[in-house]
Amino acid sequence: MSKPKFKNPVVKWIDYRLPIFTFMDHELNHYPTPKNLNYFWNFGSLAGIALVTMIITGIVLSMNYTAHVDYAFDSVERIMRDVNHGWLIRYIHMNGASFFFIVVFIHIFRGLYYGSYKAPRELLWILGVLILLLMMATAFMGYVLPWGQMSFWGATVITNLFSAIPVVGESIVTWLWGGFSVDNSTLNRFFSLHFVLPFVIVGVVILHLIALHRFGSNNPIGIDVKGTQDTIPFSPYYTIKDLFGLGVFLTFFAAAVFFFPNFMGHPDNYIEANPMVTPAHIVPEWYFLPFYAILRAIPDKLGGVLFMFGAIAVLFILPWLDRSPVRSSQFRPIFKIFFWVLVADCILLGYLGAMPAEGIYVILSRIATAYYFFHFLVLFPLLPYIEKTKPLPISISEPVLSGAATASAFATREKK
Amino acid sequence: MSKKSNPINEKDDSKRDFLVVSTYALAGVGAASFVWPLIDQMNPAADTLALASTEIDLSSLEEGQSITVKWRGKPVFVRHRTPDEIKQAKEVLIDDMRDPQADADRVANEKYIVLVGVCTHLGCVPLGQKTGDIKGQYGGWFCPCHGSHYDHSGRIRKGPAPTNLEVPSYKFLSDTLIRIG
Repeated sequence: MSKPKFKNPVVKWIDYRLPIFTFMDHELNHYPTPKNLNYFWNFGSLAGIALVTMIITGIVLSMNYTAHVDYAFDSVERIMRDVNHGWLIRYIHMNGASFFFIVVFIHIFRGLYYGSYKAPRELLWILGVLILLLMMATAFMGYVLPWGQMSFWGATVITNLFSAIPVVGESIVTWLWGGFSVDNSTLNRFFSLHFVLPFVIVGVVILHLIALHRFGSNNPIGIDVKGTQDTIPFSPYYTIKDLFGLGVFLTFFAAAVFFFPNFMGHPDNYIEANPMVTPAHIVPEWYFLPFYAILRAIPDKLGGVLFMFGAIAVLFILPWLDRSPVRSSQFRPIFKIFFWVLVADCILLGYLGAMPAEGIYVILSRIATAYYFFHFLVLFPLLPYIEKTKPLPISISEPVLSGAATASAFATREKK
Repeated sequence: MSKKSNPINEKDDSKRDFLVVSTYALAGVGAASFVWPLIDQMNPAADTLALASTEIDLSSLEEGQSITVKWRGKPVFVRHRTPDEIKQAKEVLIDDMRDPQADADRVANEKYIVLVGVCTHLGCVPLGQKTGDIKGQYGGWFCPCHGSHYDHSGRIRKGPAPTNLEVPSYKFLSDTLIRIG
């Protein structure tokens, strides 16, 4: 790699002592990226932008919020009614959480479809799952802060999950609460953690990016980059593609914030928390529904909790569960079908999580839960033994050009 | 400095290992003892633990009526059971239950059942205190969150909850006055 030439003398002076501009030029400008990335590769940068949006709006909200059981609900209502632009900032933060999860879920399914978790990107994937876990913890604690009925009962149900742990469970729950029920101490610590965890996420995101830039992005055909003929510099090609995607994303985001700000929320959360009355149907935020359905599908308390956490745990070991050397589903005809079955299964679980736990919904939840674990624990390890994969192209350039001869000729021309 | 190894250093290797290990060990103990206050501060504070006990007057509670009182931030159910409910609670076979317990072991006076109104599954407040509430298949309480059914004695009969509704420690101060806690 050649040293970039900076013309500005100030930049030159700084870069000589602190090579920050060389670093940015290397990682954001010249950074060689596979030339065949499709729009599914936009969602990583969108997730990063969503994270920054959440942090900025969150810091502003915290300037007007009071973390006390007697004032929390009213302080949020004050933000909505009296604080200048408070409604806008809160609606961006509220819907931002949902949109953050939407882009992250698409980002994860992209990784699943194109085998982005396979060697040498296992740690990249694991760091990603860690980010998901941190996001879930942060989102859960953030949802408690407005101190509505769903806040309170969601907090009660989720913290009670830990009471399923044998022997020490009850003590752990008391420790989490700082009392004998979800109360002021709980609200205070949740506010503190909700404030700090996003910065922990930023830290893990940086590790995620370092791991990403070690081998570069995977690509839709899932074969390794063979040389410079297979890549283009990140800027301007992908910066402009990411910017276009951002424009589309912001259109949807703005539509939600301005026209359907409460569509993904729950009306019960506009009722102040009441420890004496549980709402008829407690539902978590939509992004937790698939996991909630798994929790309720198991007719045993500890079992339900184990399966729910297990649904995330399988993601951590996925790089070793999938034994197929072929990354992209484009060359795995059977896997491709099952991928869409898994997508449908997760959507079904999400639907079932929102339904009452009775009758047909319980049975369907069990079937959907069984399929989820079957997919990860049986299908991933065994499918490669029965599946006949399609032949892989020689290089990233080959499929778009007419035959291998042209591809190699193109390659030699590029080298000149 | 010369590149030749220093004979004194080689002799001192084991001494040096001892110093390194004991330094790490002491630093570890020091760090751990400092971490404990940071962890323990999250446990209930003295004022939370010192919550007073609650007294309930049952004289106005008619047969078939229930009241809910707040104790330690949680609802406590008190129900004046009908003779029919008492009969059902006493006569049912307990062997098949998830958490077998005789009704007599759960009441001080069989007319009044006193329970912590928190589902033992994940902490929701079960329905069944008001006349219009769904009371579940066994006529006692029903948790709407995940579908646990409790009987007239607050025992778990169906659903995901692992144990019966908790009976708080309480005392009859007179025939119609109880103190919880």
